[in-house]
Amino acid sequence: MSGGLYSTDSNDFDKTLDLSKIKPYGDTMNDGKTQVSFTLPVAKGEEAIEAAKQMMRKMGFENPQVVMVQELMEGFTFFNCYGNCTHTVDYTSIHVPKVESTTMDMHETDEFVKENIGRPIRVVGASTGTDAHTVGIDAIMNMKGFAGHYGLERYDMMEALNMGSQVPNEEFIAKAIEMEADVLLVSQTVTQKDVHIKNLTELVELLEAEGLREKVILICGGPRISHELAKELGYDAGFGMNKYADDVASYAAQELSRRLNG
Amino acid sequence: MQRSKLGLDFEKVGHAKEVSKRIADDVQKFVDNYSTVAVERTLCRLLGIDGVDNNEVPLPNVVVDSIKDKGVLSEGVMFFIGNAVLETGLNPQQIAEKIAEGELDITTLPVRPAEDIKNAIQPFVDENITKIRERKAKRDNYLNTIGEGPKPYLYVIVATGNIYEDVIQAEAAARQGADIIAVIRTTGQSLLDYVPYGATTEGFGGTVATQENFRIMRAALDKVGEEEGKYIRLCNYCSGLCMPEIAAMGALEGLDVMLNDALYGILFRDINMQRTIVDQYFSRLLNGFAGVIINTGEDNYLTTADAFDEAHTVLASDFINEQLALVAGLPEEQMGLGHAFEMTPDLENGFLYELAQAQMIREIFPKAPLKYMPPTKFMTGNIFKGNVQDALFNQISIWTGQGIQLLGMLTEAIHTPFMSDRYLSIENAKYIFSNMKSIGDEMEFKEGGIIRQRAAKVLDDATELVEKIEKEGLFTALEKGIFADIKRPLDGGKGLDGVVEKGSNYFNPFIEILHKK
Repeated sequence: MSGGLYSTDSNDFDKTLDLSKIKPYGDTMNDGKTQVSFTLPVAKGEEAIEAAKQMMRKMGFENPQVVMVQELMEGFTFFNCYGNCTHTVDYTSIHVPKVESTTMDMHETDEFVKENIGRPIRVVGASTGTDAHTVGIDAIMNMKGFAGHYGLERYDMMEALNMGSQVPNEEFIAKAIEMEADVLLVSQTVTQKDVHIKNLTELVELLEAEGLREKVILICGGPRISHELAKELGYDAGFGMNKYADDVASYAAQELSRRLNG
Repeated sequence: MQRSKLGLDFEKVGHAKEVSKRIADDVQKFVDNYSTVAVERTLCRLLGIDGVDNNEVPLPNVVVDSIKDKGVLSEGVMFFIGNAVLETGLNPQQIAEKIAEGELDITTLPVRPAEDIKNAIQPFVDENITKIRERKAKRDNYLNTIGEGPKPYLYVIVATGNIYEDVIQAEAAARQGADIIAVIRTTGQSLLDYVPYGATTEGFGGTVATQENFRIMRAALDKVGEEEGKYIRLCNYCSGLCMPEIAAMGALEGLDVMLNDALYGILFRDINMQRTIVDQYFSRLLNGFAGVIINTGEDNYLTTADAFDEAHTVLASDFINEQLALVAGLPEEQMGLGHAFEMTPDLENGFLYELAQAQMIREIFPKAPLKYMPPTKFMTGNIFKGNVQDALFNQISIWTGQGIQLLGMLTEAIHTPFMSDRYLSIENAKYIFSNMKSIGDEMEFKEGGIIRQRAAKVLDDATELVEKIEKEGLFTALEKGIFADIKRPLDGGKGLDGVVEKGSNYFNPFIEILHKK
């Protein structure tokens, strides 16, 4: 096995930081050192280790080292590997559109709404279209919340209605009108054949046709949703992975305050 | 008198249990007078009615809905089906099929004498009771021959959505050392007012609980168990709107462990309290009879309420759940009362408080196979720290002799476990369980120290809480938001329209049989 702690090779790379060509950092600038673990559906053995190394090379790692091999069951082998990443990224050219709000916790948001809006914010949420998954909208809205972040139902200053899944856009809008909603939350989990794009676009068009688009804060969310995508589709904000009720509630409260109070 | 390593006041424990018994008895007075659509569908299943109609509606739903639509559900399916057996000479399955085809209305047949109806239905009752007894005997036989792993049982979940993929994951886990395989249900199944039918390959965040899926997994685990020389238990979710139906399916198909907690459904799934408490009674009767260990969901309180401040609500709920189980004839040895390791890792001496509480629960419910939940709320994407958190949790479990160890996954809060996550988690637990095996026998806790004081305080607070609940009644206490900071109204939530007061013709012979064992 080449490389490892006492490796003498490939020490002759340029060790100065160039933000237009960054690489993973192990203990030396530009060493590209990366740890990777994965399972291959093959029996443990020399061939399995070689397969893991080839997989590492195809992932763009030089000098792949397999440091742990463990059979999980017959026909499945787990690997811990290290390698030197050959790829670079131009950090200077990166631009990520962000939701412009400060994330507050539940109590801070409740206080903020009391002070700046003076009444509970009315929120209607649903997983719309054919999407049967409530996991996203539940994570944001249900009392229990997700990963320790309470859902909107639990906020004193949110009047939150979770309509569940497979809600047609028309019904969703009807409920928003009935509740005089300030904020609409749309969750999309299924993204096969870009069905979520079609459905999200349809909602915006329907809202525009009803003359409602500017009257509500329109937010979409889901594992494959980014703020950038949301803006492109005509939404006010989008929340993807690792965003919780706190993020959504903070944004909604601050955006509503901006609109009402200038 | 039991000796306490914590200096617990067992007189106080005894008092809290008496108070809790009165709470449970009060609830039972309500339960005795009511039935629900789910209980009635369960009775259909226990008469051998299975399958679906042309629209994929399960026949138990077809039968019960046909009676409910006529406004006579209060008389119960046993009465109508028993009478129909006498009138038509058909068996319950044939009767259900005729109803599905629109060829029979069992509510308009001439009514035979009550005694004749009961006699007509008895053979079908006996047939399914025998099936459940045989299933239980099969488990007992495995336990007496190939045996089981030591406690704490290693409990892992599978959740691929596809029952055939679940089988592969379960087999891997069993070969790595798991004792209990829990097949997580697909998101939202708890709110379905029917149980889907057949083998399923699509689910989200879990796999649909169906009788066929139970059968497929049971057969796979029996095979692995025979090869590994250790019985592998199967767990599913006897909760939500179909609580007793799933209990019946589990009893028939040899499940060993069931999540079964009305309080959980009320609080976290917004299921109507009257509905689910009636459903729970019948499901616990079935679970008790079938030798199924129930798991209660107190640990979940701590995912919303604070684990340090609200520890006494977990104990209070365990007190009440114990009594609600005893009322249904479920023995202590089958009570997997829940609690959890959920304090924030930032809390100084948090480990000591967790240790105090785990030891306290162990001593208060000495025979129960306590279900100990791993950290979830403070698990982050930092898998490395996550593995340390799970290690601390495992240490407390072996130290205090927990019954069922729900293994923490280092990737909790990221995804449903990879095959390798489960391996790492089992490796973690096995290492600690072996390396610290007898620590509990060696250690006692210092008089006047942090640990003893913590245990005494939680017991005091829990006792005060059950006294308060007794004064108000459990339903009112739930309306006031006594558990998990969540308030639920008596007439709110899902499933209330499926509750019915028992009428003069109502009878359910299973209650007596299941109670007697």
